[in-house]
Amino acid sequence: MLKEKYEGKAWKFGDNVSTDSIAPGRLLHLRSNPPEYAKHVFEDVRPEFAKNVQTDDFIIAGNNFGCGSSREIAPLILKLSGVGAILAKSIGRIFSRNAINNGMLLIQCNTDNIEEGDKLLIDVTKREITKEGNPDFKMNFQLGEIEKKILEEDGLLRYIDKYGSLDQL
Amino acid sequence: MGKTIVEKILSANVGRDVTPGETIVVDLDFVALNDGSGPLAVRLMKEKGWTDVFDPKKIMFCTEFGPSSARGLSNEHKLIRDFALEHGCFWHDPGTGAIHSHLMEHYVKCGDVIVAGDSHTTTHGALGAFSTGMGSTDMAAVLKLGKTWLKVPQSYLVEVGGTLPQGVYSKDIYLHLLHEIGSEGAIYKALEFRGDTIGNLSMDARVTITSMGVEAGAKVAIMETDKHTQDFLKSVGRGGDYREIIADKDAHYEKIISIDASTLEPMVAKPHYVENGDKVRNVKDLKIDQVFIGSCTNGRTEDMHIAAKILKGKKKQSWVRLIVIPNSQRVFLECLNDGTLAAFAEAGAMVLAPNCGPCMGVHEGIPADGEVVVATQNRNFKGRMGNPEAFVYLSSPATAAASALTGYLTDPREVM
Repeated sequence: MLKEKYEGKAWKFGDNVSTDSIAPGRLLHLRSNPPEYAKHVFEDVRPEFAKNVQTDDFIIAGNNFGCGSSREIAPLILKLSGVGAILAKSIGRIFSRNAINNGMLLIQCNTDNIEEGDKLLIDVTKREITKEGNPDFKMNFQLGEIEKKILEEDGLLRYIDKYGSLDQL
Repeated sequence: MGKTIVEKILSANVGRDVTPGETIVVDLDFVALNDGSGPLAVRLMKEKGWTDVFDPKKIMFCTEFGPSSARGLSNEHKLIRDFALEHGCFWHDPGTGAIHSHLMEHYVKCGDVIVAGDSHTTTHGALGAFSTGMGSTDMAAVLKLGKTWLKVPQSYLVEVGGTLPQGVYSKDIYLHLLHEIGSEGAIYKALEFRGDTIGNLSMDARVTITSMGVEAGAKVAIMETDKHTQDFLKSVGRGGDYREIIADKDAHYEKIISIDASTLEPMVAKPHYVENGDKVRNVKDLKIDQVFIGSCTNGRTEDMHIAAKILKGKKKQSWVRLIVIPNSQRVFLECLNDGTLAAFAEAGAMVLAPNCGPCMGVHEGIPADGEVVVATQNRNFKGRMGNPEAFVYLSSPATAAASALTGYLTDPREVM
């Protein structure tokens, strides 16, 4: 569901974080049990993440976040872990659709000036990102029309339930 | 103004001229799901109470990690098999091939618009199809509606000219390109491959390039159709599915990338990024532990022949595990009947049933901590083959076979 405001702490990642890094393929047998799989999110690249991530925290990434495999378990376990939104310079195409289809807010923006642990406030109505304790930091963002429509219905399938087709997208 | 291949196919699909950047809803000519995307898509259909699929004769399900290695996966294989058979969809058993080999050999027609629940669906651009990967929720919607939304991509033209030197193959062309443009170098774009080098490649060699299109972030990777396309379709009994698909001469490309194939050398992508390309000869004295020849990227008959020619009559190095997996039952049988599989076995390889094998770390060859793998697959991300403490180098089948012989990463020209 698209909320008006998101507030949380930043977890900073680099470029080219693949879905293999988010959801390791060797654990594919856990896929039918997403809460169990979520305990292993980012296990190979950031083992402390799963235990310490808090509800509404943000992923802050560089280029090409979520590249690689189409496995939808990747955004699903990020959501189950409590991640509120993902901010990245660019986002892999399939991951992007999967995340939005599951109601996860994605923001494409310059993430260079967001640091690990920063407390951020995302105001969706104003399309504005601010940082707690840093009045100089303010960044605007855009949200695609289609992405917005799907997020407002909390995912693609609920959208289809409501409208019956994709014709209004 | 003229149209790129992608603009032509999508315009024909929606019945009007489309322009890059606009959002359209397309009718799908064929769709497929594997055991990666299928189980969740089926569960979502059931949760929604969506009992009907749009057209069972345009839907295929298959498993790529079979026979199953774990109870959880067995239950998911059963889930998608039962769904496919109950709804009258096409179904392929475990161990008979990977999703993209099934699609290439049985279903995709030139000019089709295809989606499948697998990122390497870019493969079918080699048949002149607009073909892209999606996740399970999109695929559940596709199963119900037979349609999906997409943005018409801008196209990059990749012109490859010149004769490939001995020991250099289509995999080396793509690893070179990826090193040049980076793994987000074509994000959301269409990569259109052309030039006399591409024209001279067989379908098996073309598939290597288009399957890896997604590794540069591309939505589709596509090629014009020609005699090679026609010959391939005839060879699988589908000559009637051929159609000429070409770009207009005055089509507009956002970018043109030129590659002189005659200057290329055998390449590897070093751990842990596909864009981390280097010439094989620059990676000195790298002792290896495992070689994998196979995958949807390099598991076709020609790949098997190239590797077998290097290994025939010789033995793999003692400390190397050599895993060979033809990517489809058809490739398996061709290579069985012409002695190729015997050559592998005699060289000390284990030849396994057609599927994805160790590429994704689910089964059949997870490397040990600290081990080095040379693999003809498409990804070398940290942990990709099931162990984040292993190091995966991507290469052509020739480089992989040469390395299996010596036990070190080896330029195939040294053993040819």
